[in-house]
Amino acid sequence: MTSSRRDFLKIAGASALTMMTPAIFVPAWAKDVIVIPPGQGLALKKALAAGRWAMTVDLTKCTADCTDCIAACHAIHNVPDFGNPKDEIKWIWKESFASVFPGEQNAYSGEKLQKLRPPVFCNNCENPPCVRVCPTGATFQRPDGIVMMDYHRCIGCRLCMAACPYGARSMNYRDPRPCIAKINPDFPTRSKGVVEKCNFCEERLAKGTLPACVEACRQKALTFGDAENPRSEIRRLLKTRFSLQRRVHLGTGPQIYYLL
Amino acid sequence: MLEKALHGSLRYRIWIACLILVGCAGFFFYLRQLDYGLGITGMSRDVSWGLYIAQFTFLVGVAASAVMLVLPYYLHDYKAFGKITVLGELLAVAAVVMCILFVFIDLGRPARVMNVLLHPQPSSILFWDMIVLSGYLLINLVTGWVILACTKKEIPPPGWIKPVIYLSIPWAISIHTVTAFIYAGLPGRSFWLTAIMAPRFLASAFASGPALLILVCLILRRWGRFDAGEKAIQALAKIVAYALAASIFFVGVEMFTVFYSQIPEHMHHFQYLFMGLEGHHNLVAWMWIFAVLSIAAFVMLILPGVRRNEVWLALACIAVFVSLWIEKGLGLVITGFIPSPLGAITEYHPTGPEITITLGVWAAGFFLLTVFYKIFVHVRGGTDGSPCGPAVDKMIH
Repeated sequence: MTSSRRDFLKIAGASALTMMTPAIFVPAWAKDVIVIPPGQGLALKKALAAGRWAMTVDLTKCTADCTDCIAACHAIHNVPDFGNPKDEIKWIWKESFASVFPGEQNAYSGEKLQKLRPPVFCNNCENPPCVRVCPTGATFQRPDGIVMMDYHRCIGCRLCMAACPYGARSMNYRDPRPCIAKINPDFPTRSKGVVEKCNFCEERLAKGTLPACVEACRQKALTFGDAENPRSEIRRLLKTRFSLQRRVHLGTGPQIYYLL
Repeated sequence: MLEKALHGSLRYRIWIACLILVGCAGFFFYLRQLDYGLGITGMSRDVSWGLYIAQFTFLVGVAASAVMLVLPYYLHDYKAFGKITVLGELLAVAAVVMCILFVFIDLGRPARVMNVLLHPQPSSILFWDMIVLSGYLLINLVTGWVILACTKKEIPPPGWIKPVIYLSIPWAISIHTVTAFIYAGLPGRSFWLTAIMAPRFLASAFASGPALLILVCLILRRWGRFDAGEKAIQALAKIVAYALAASIFFVGVEMFTVFYSQIPEHMHHFQYLFMGLEGHHNLVAWMWIFAVLSIAAFVMLILPGVRRNEVWLALACIAVFVSLWIEKGLGLVITGFIPSPLGAITEYHPTGPEITITLGVWAAGFFLLTVFYKIFVHVRGGTDGSPCGPAVDKMIH
């Protein structure tokens, strides 16, 4: 009796191990990688390309009470509105100058500075802590600097949310689909349990259009471009204007520059 | 040996029934959480980790109980611990199982947990934590079980078990270090961004784990027909005392750096913890309970007369366990998120389902622990004073 039960357990254990073996011994990175030769990929000819995508926000043009960029971004990306701050998901939103740039303001700063409401979103960092900590590679960095999310690989551990020094990431604490005002069929909705954030509109860049927030801004406060191209508009702005980056001392290399 | 857990006194059966009941309640609410999502908990966009990860962090410490017995016994031939090293190893198993459960229930997409192994990311500390925790579980399960089985059969344990036991010592250090690194390496969270995090984890672990072990030994002596021996219990109590002293000292060192340097983004977290910040003081009462209990426990444990009194010793150990649960379990994790990177203060209130699920995991852990110790007591068969059995002792030394 005892020995037969023991044999059964041994066989069951061995079978379970065999089933797990392919997963453990042939991880994804060891599998064949399909290399698509340049020019033959899915990317369209007219796709926008850059060495490093970056954005400038002209705070002298951005008006405090305007929310056009937020509305455009959230509508296009199927960002739900749960109506409570606890479960809130946001890709781009506005904050007071003191919250965005702690330490850059003093007690005697003029009203002009205090009244600013800079838009904040993912900085698509050059050295992103979220990518470093992700245990599955669900968040990763493209060669052009965009920090991406794979909603199908994310396990929802939220370590990236703890790691992000900008609070740019949101968790789907529940099913977002019923709370999306109007679903845009051109962009995936997310499921509950995954993390999401601004993606610099990579899906629009692939089709040759600028990010939705840049297009929506009537004040033309947002400029998007290649920070590695010395002749780009963004480089011209950075050369001539005084700019701030958020918490730049942390070494993350944020790619959003705020012009003052 | 498992069949030994099926029979027991009425008290044993009532205790098991209670644990199963609480476990089932937790499981029921976990199914609700699976259905609705983590929004069923009090976690929010700003405070994105709560009770679950806090329990995980605390219980990694409890799992250290094993090394504080194994190290003196196997490396320094401290014979008094011979009888109870297996208790430490089995406690470690139960604690690590709870840790793994707490991480698992905290996942937004638990069905994808194997992605961590399918797409391993060596740069992620969480990936390494999964490796060290499962390794520690395996090591302690194997050593505890093999030694126990050999004791039962009265044969010497196989030779290969010795290197595994030695391996468990650095491995125990690794689980704390790696778990501390999850927090200590994040650039934007000034509360956690401190090199003393790993030493703090180790110190509080070496206090909370052995404190629980003392309580278990006292319970087994009174109701379980097993006497660990006064010498072993007193030695453990001294370990708890000095580890607790180191733990309190480390918290003090941290507070000095923060408050003397007066850097606001470092001070805010401690102000929130001990004084409240901008009218928010959810954790203030808890933290003062921590301060009072830990210092009281330290005083009780260093006074030999008090320490030798069974009742006072039990009270001191409860105080150690509760105070370190507050410090590591509640204060350390939640305060890292308050204030948020944008300076917002969002309080965290765990919900009913969240608390029930948490209790359910604790019940599962204590169920395992009870079953293990039931088997242990049965195998040890009474209150004889010999270490692991003469055959085991001969093999080791």
